[in-house]
Amino acid sequence: MSTTAELLKGAAELFPDEVVTQAHVRHFDLPLGAGRFALITLDNGHDHTKPTTFGPQSLANLNAAVDQVEKEAADGGIVGVGITGKPFIFAVGADLKGVELLKEWDHAYAIGKGGHDVFKRLSGLAVPTFAYYNGAAMGGGVEVGLHCTYRTVSASVPAFSLPEVFLGLVPGWGGCTLLPNLIGPEKAVSVIIENSLNQNKQLKGKQVYELGIADAIFEGADFLEQSLIWTASVLKGEIVVERPVIDRGEAWDQAVAKGRFIADSKVHGAAPAAYRALDIIAAARNGDLQEGYDAEDRALADLIMGGELRAGIYAFNLVQKRGKRPAGAPDKSLARPVTKVGVVGAGLMASQLALLFLRRLEVPVVLTDIDQERVDKGVGYVHAEIDKLLGKGRINQDKANRLKALVTGVLDKAEGFADADFIIEAVFEEMGVKQTVFAEVEAVAPAHAILATNTSSLSVSEMASKLKHPERVVGFHFFNPVAVLPLLEIVRGEQTDDASLATAFAVAKKLKKTAVLTKDAPAFVVNRILTRFMGEIQNVIDEGTPVAVAEKAVEPLGLPMSPLVLLELVGPAIGLHVSETLNKAFPDRFKVSPNLKAVVEAGKRGFYVYDSGKPELDPEVAALLKQGDVVLTEEQVRARVLDAVAQEIGLMLDEGVVAEAQDIDLCLITGAGWPFHLGGITPYLDREGVSERVNGKRFLAQGVASVPA
Amino acid sequence: MPRTVRDVVFVDGVRTPFGKAGPKGIYHETRADDLVVKAIRELLRRNPGLDPKKIDEVAIAATTQIGDQGLTIGRTAGILAGLPQSVPGYSIDRMCAGALTAVTTVAGSVAFGAYDIAIAGGVEHMGRHPMGEGVDPNPRFVSEKLVDESALFMGMTAENLHDRYPQITKLRADEYAVRSQEKAAKAYANGKIQADLVPVSVRRTNAEAGETGWGLVTADEPMRPGTTLENLQGLKTPFRVHGRVTAGNAAGLNDGATASLIASEDFARENGLPVKMRLVSYAFAGVEPEVMGYGPIPATEKALAQAGLSISDIGLFEINEAFAVQVLAFLDHYGIADDDERVNQYGGAIAFGHPLASSGVRLMTQLARQFEEQPHVRYGLTTMCVGFGMGATVIWENPNFEGDK
Repeated sequence: MSTTAELLKGAAELFPDEVVTQAHVRHFDLPLGAGRFALITLDNGHDHTKPTTFGPQSLANLNAAVDQVEKEAADGGIVGVGITGKPFIFAVGADLKGVELLKEWDHAYAIGKGGHDVFKRLSGLAVPTFAYYNGAAMGGGVEVGLHCTYRTVSASVPAFSLPEVFLGLVPGWGGCTLLPNLIGPEKAVSVIIENSLNQNKQLKGKQVYELGIADAIFEGADFLEQSLIWTASVLKGEIVVERPVIDRGEAWDQAVAKGRFIADSKVHGAAPAAYRALDIIAAARNGDLQEGYDAEDRALADLIMGGELRAGIYAFNLVQKRGKRPAGAPDKSLARPVTKVGVVGAGLMASQLALLFLRRLEVPVVLTDIDQERVDKGVGYVHAEIDKLLGKGRINQDKANRLKALVTGVLDKAEGFADADFIIEAVFEEMGVKQTVFAEVEAVAPAHAILATNTSSLSVSEMASKLKHPERVVGFHFFNPVAVLPLLEIVRGEQTDDASLATAFAVAKKLKKTAVLTKDAPAFVVNRILTRFMGEIQNVIDEGTPVAVAEKAVEPLGLPMSPLVLLELVGPAIGLHVSETLNKAFPDRFKVSPNLKAVVEAGKRGFYVYDSGKPELDPEVAALLKQGDVVLTEEQVRARVLDAVAQEIGLMLDEGVVAEAQDIDLCLITGAGWPFHLGGITPYLDREGVSERVNGKRFLAQGVASVPA
Repeated sequence: MPRTVRDVVFVDGVRTPFGKAGPKGIYHETRADDLVVKAIRELLRRNPGLDPKKIDEVAIAATTQIGDQGLTIGRTAGILAGLPQSVPGYSIDRMCAGALTAVTTVAGSVAFGAYDIAIAGGVEHMGRHPMGEGVDPNPRFVSEKLVDESALFMGMTAENLHDRYPQITKLRADEYAVRSQEKAAKAYANGKIQADLVPVSVRRTNAEAGETGWGLVTADEPMRPGTTLENLQGLKTPFRVHGRVTAGNAAGLNDGATASLIASEDFARENGLPVKMRLVSYAFAGVEPEVMGYGPIPATEKALAQAGLSISDIGLFEINEAFAVQVLAFLDHYGIADDDERVNQYGGAIAFGHPLASSGVRLMTQLARQFEEQPHVRYGLTTMCVGFGMGATVIWENPNFEGDK
């Protein structure tokens, strides 16, 4: 038994539940009389809904297949070796479940080295090797092909990426080293860093070819046949593959520098993966592959044993799994059909909601408002947005006609809502107004209709309290911009019944939103945490810490934007309103900042001016600020803010606002864009010891979003 | 409006290698429509001068038009092959003469002026769709003795044909079969067959059938080169005790697809497309269903009469070898020797296989290649017997004909 086989056998014992990929070897004669060929098919025995992955046993199987073809190649029995995947899937990389189980650096290192040891054999055979990217290829799937002499790609490949940095790893089975040496550092940085950090952007087959990752591209209908005919031509010398010469001069450093700039702008130095990847890409300039592989092994082991990756995998699973099966949602069989939607209000938010319902549900949507002008404006907005989609080619003329015909506006609620199944209000954020609106709607709507409110901070139960049928009221809280942020907080009022809630979840699913069930608690989840977080920043500023210090204090978290830039995006007036609501509910923890109030009263839309191209404190705002004399350091500010957030989340979980800390994290990821490397926030609070310090316990058990004990 | 009938030509034809039907066959895990798609795409690749938008029709034959051979396979295969959506398609069925009928049907439309060029072909995946799948014969056939009960079982009709022509012995049939295998092996050795095959990638997940994973099929699976008379004489006669028809002197159960381009001669020449054969005449004829193998004789009589030709004008024959006895009946009728070298020069279905509705275009593709090699031949014919008592014949002219020298 070779050492690689031993290494993998040991790793396989740690991971008994691996979905094992087989590496089938099949022989046949190539066309054009090019000779006998061995083709390896990677196949885990499931259909395309369970993509092929590489765990340790899978790698061992590939290793055994390479043993076989290596001998055949050496004996002259074959003229070439190919590798491809099952239908629709090439291979999607390392099995993350196996990565989660790793507890020791040595084991993590072994996985990295094991992959390298197997893959790199494909470049050392006595005959040329060919990878045929027939379907989805990610991570280790892409990398196994990079070790081959040649590659072809199907024009039908829907997803191709090195997503490791997105999760918190580096492409560590050769990706960081081989890709820049194949296509040059600039394109490699784009694939490894930029795409990963751009919400894990995927390449299509055509781009894979254009980037030079594949030497040839063929259409999906007879991809493998044409790849094999091409292979025969290459082997016979009839086709000579030419690749561009890589510039190993200054361009290399520039590409790496650009990668660092991209990483800084996305994670602000807060997550190590991108930087580790860039270090390896930088070193790959000398073309020493083994040195690169060794660096990849070390980086993989370090990152696998680090908190950012564990948080990243946790976050990925939250979004992919929990986000699709919301905790606490009633049985979906209780949901009632929604064949018509009513929207109360025709303002911007209402119009955006109308557009969303229209596009996703494709049922009649009727807008109402207090005068014809507003109604016309709302419908006009929706029509204009449909035309924009048409103009961009996102929908065709037939679809545009259909959607436009489905949206109408009326003044008379009785006319509009008499046959609506789901009516959502987006009127002025004041309890009395909303109660009146719901009373009017109830008088004309069918008895089964759901009444939903898009309130961001008012009590859903109170809103429902004066109705005859309060059981059909639910909170349906979207996040701005509605078309971009996936989160939808679904609020269960005290009297909301299961059927109404089930209907709300069913609608959320059709809207393609990530629904999270929350209790009818002040400001629900995201706004409560963000307001506490912002409030603490505001507090330290009010007490005397300079704005710049307060802002910088939370930079190490790598949030998508600084607190005051976020405030500007939300709007200081709305921020103030939410803080007032929460102050009413929890006066000891939520203060209303006099400085913020002054800024709002002065009609300022933010703290910064951007005249120089960078945010600078608006002198007019600076003049308004009345600060105390307590000046804290960045560390002190950070501790205060994180303590406040940990305390608030602890209290929310005690109150039962959501089922588990996982829901808090899912909300922060999908509603506030908080990064994967924080795992939302609770994995970070746990790993930094904040949870223990504030609440005396972790939010998540060791191993859930961290290295297992 | 006055019309002129237009000359119709066979531009090109290709096929997939043929496979053996059944769980160990090469195509067991390959869809029938995918086989058609590979053939159509190869046809287009081989004729880059043809703008796919100009194709007026896709006629694809299949005997069992359900599942992956259903859903109007001419239309669906066109879409799957990447033809423009503006190209229509339909399905066609005349059992074994399906592809042949696809050719004559679109040829009629070309002659009439409805089409300039069309794709015609056929498919039969007898592994996925065994003969008789889903059939529901009207009980009147038997109760009113409209046909003999044996009419539905092709092997039995072949035995019936032996009864009708006692001079066609099992020995003659076996000798014919041995020659078919020899000629096919020789044609392969000389590269006559491979040039018109499209390689097909095939997946296998059943280890009992052989190596698993993706493979590539580049040759016909049913071939049995080296077959001897002794081999054949020991085979069972499954259709009748002490019968004459065996697996050795008949075509097997097979999977495969074919496709051809049929065009008006003017269109082909204007678009720089090859003209491999010129259509002279075609005819179909019915006979007693229980001796369906006799069908090619009256069909050929009709086709010759239409063309004003006699059998002596025909220089090359491509006769589908569903059964050796049916070929021999044809040859006896016309006084042609069993081993006449004008007949099935590359061997026939006994060697290559006979995926029912696809076979007609295989005959044409082989005849076209023979025409090219033998410019002294002016006329050739393709003929086949058809279930339920029919025959089908197409007579072709060799555009390479150099005149009597």
